[in-house]
Amino acid sequence: MRAIIGPNGAGKTSMLNVINGFYHPQTGKITYKGKSRSAMSPNEAANSGIARTFQNVALFHGMSTLDNIMVGRNLKMRRGFFWQALYHGPARTEELENREFIEHIITFLEIEAIRRTPVSRLPYGLQKRVELGRALAMQPDLLLLDEPMAGMNLEEKGDMSRYILDVNEHFGTTIALIEHDMGVVMDLSDRVVVLDYGHKIADGTPGEVQKNQAVIDAYLGVAH
Amino acid sequence: MGEFAYMVLIDPFVQMFELPDFFVQVIWEGFVGGVLYSLIALGFVLIFKASGVFNFAQGIMVVFAALTLVGLNAMGVQAHLALVLTVVVMLVLAFSVERLVLRPLVNQPDIILFMATIGLTYFLIGFGELLFGGEPKIMISDQLGLPSGAVDFDILGGLVSLQKIDIAAIFIAGAMVAVLAVFFDKTRIGRALRAVADDHQAALSVGISLSTIWVVVWFTAGIVALTTGIMWGARSDVSFALQIVAFKALPVLILGGFTSIPGAIVGGLIIGIGEKIGEVYWGPLVGGSIESWLAYFIALIFLMFRPQGLFGEKIIERV
Repeated sequence: MRAIIGPNGAGKTSMLNVINGFYHPQTGKITYKGKSRSAMSPNEAANSGIARTFQNVALFHGMSTLDNIMVGRNLKMRRGFFWQALYHGPARTEELENREFIEHIITFLEIEAIRRTPVSRLPYGLQKRVELGRALAMQPDLLLLDEPMAGMNLEEKGDMSRYILDVNEHFGTTIALIEHDMGVVMDLSDRVVVLDYGHKIADGTPGEVQKNQAVIDAYLGVAH
Repeated sequence: MGEFAYMVLIDPFVQMFELPDFFVQVIWEGFVGGVLYSLIALGFVLIFKASGVFNFAQGIMVVFAALTLVGLNAMGVQAHLALVLTVVVMLVLAFSVERLVLRPLVNQPDIILFMATIGLTYFLIGFGELLFGGEPKIMISDQLGLPSGAVDFDILGGLVSLQKIDIAAIFIAGAMVAVLAVFFDKTRIGRALRAVADDHQAALSVGISLSTIWVVVWFTAGIVALTTGIMWGARSDVSFALQIVAFKALPVLILGGFTSIPGAIVGGLIIGIGEKIGEVYWGPLVGGSIESWLAYFIALIFLMFRPQGLFGEKIIERV
């Protein structure tokens, strides 16, 4: 579990966007699972096991919690247009199998009660949880979380931290997380990377980073 | 003045009451027309929802599909085989539109895509004329096994006559809407379509391919266009004039909302029945043929009071 921190405008979200294929880097390469590429499309990224959540919740507002998470199974379902159009035979079996998997995620995130609720009616904290559920539905190898706890109260933050730790421990998912709550960052992460103006200024364990002078300067500003 | 008020406000209702069988007949005619408007509007809604593009070419797609079907048959292809081939042609069209029009213009403002569909309209007019000729043609409804003739009902002290082809049109349209509803609601691709309609970025992040979705949407709209073309062609004939009729879908969309499939259906029926009743009972007061503009007039009134349509999403902008 690795946290990416840095002052506003440091390029944290841009970095996630590059990894997940929304942006293409002007220079440099992305090395993922031993393969180096200068750029990939969001589709390739998703196919190779990269899932993400967004800073400002990006759910499908017209759909229920269940449907939102089911969309995350998109890549795991392979039946073609023909069977889908008939909604019969293999397509139906596949749908039901994936539905079962989704139930595990719903139980894991304790959102059973809001299964059928349209997500636009949910409070912010729950929306964030559904978004995490959608990313988990992809069974990712690398999970990118962009400020999963922004705007949450203390209790919600505690819950979310627990889910993130559980995902990391039980499923062995690598997690890269952007977060501004330093308490959370220091508790959760194994390593912390600090960005400032698009440059990496520190990379180490939470303890090391806290003592790093460059990091303190970046956050507090220095007299020039 | 009093006499005019009577003519406008009282007399039409007296007529409806005095000849109920004729009134039912008028409603039926309007209903059938409305079903066809709904189908055209459905084609617009599908594409608008998934890609935010107002597809100006939907009308010509109806003509082009019907023309291809009739044209292939005229070249000696058996009717049902021609139907299958036309479906293939619509699929090829969907692929070409995605590859040649949408993909190069991705991330451009909506108005640019709208302009591109106008271009597509003129291309299809020219291309259709080049392949099959510009003269009106007869729809091959008999060869396709569609029923002809009428069923008469003795009700309300008179005779109500329903064309069998119209009954068939309603059943086929109903079945198609039902299949689409299940497809959108229950299947992976349907969910992906709704996801793309909701949020492009989030859809991309879970690995939905926009190009595939666009092809599926345009193909579905093509199939809807083909169905509309067959049904409408069987009622009149297959000619390029049909695409003007397709613009009746605009008031339907204003009524129903641009993003709502139930809205397209209800809006179509309201416009269809409303304009028929208006034409028959109020039309004579102003010399007739108000049918061609009444729908737009209704839509205009509607815009003043409910600009988002009956079922459309209300857009609230916070500043």
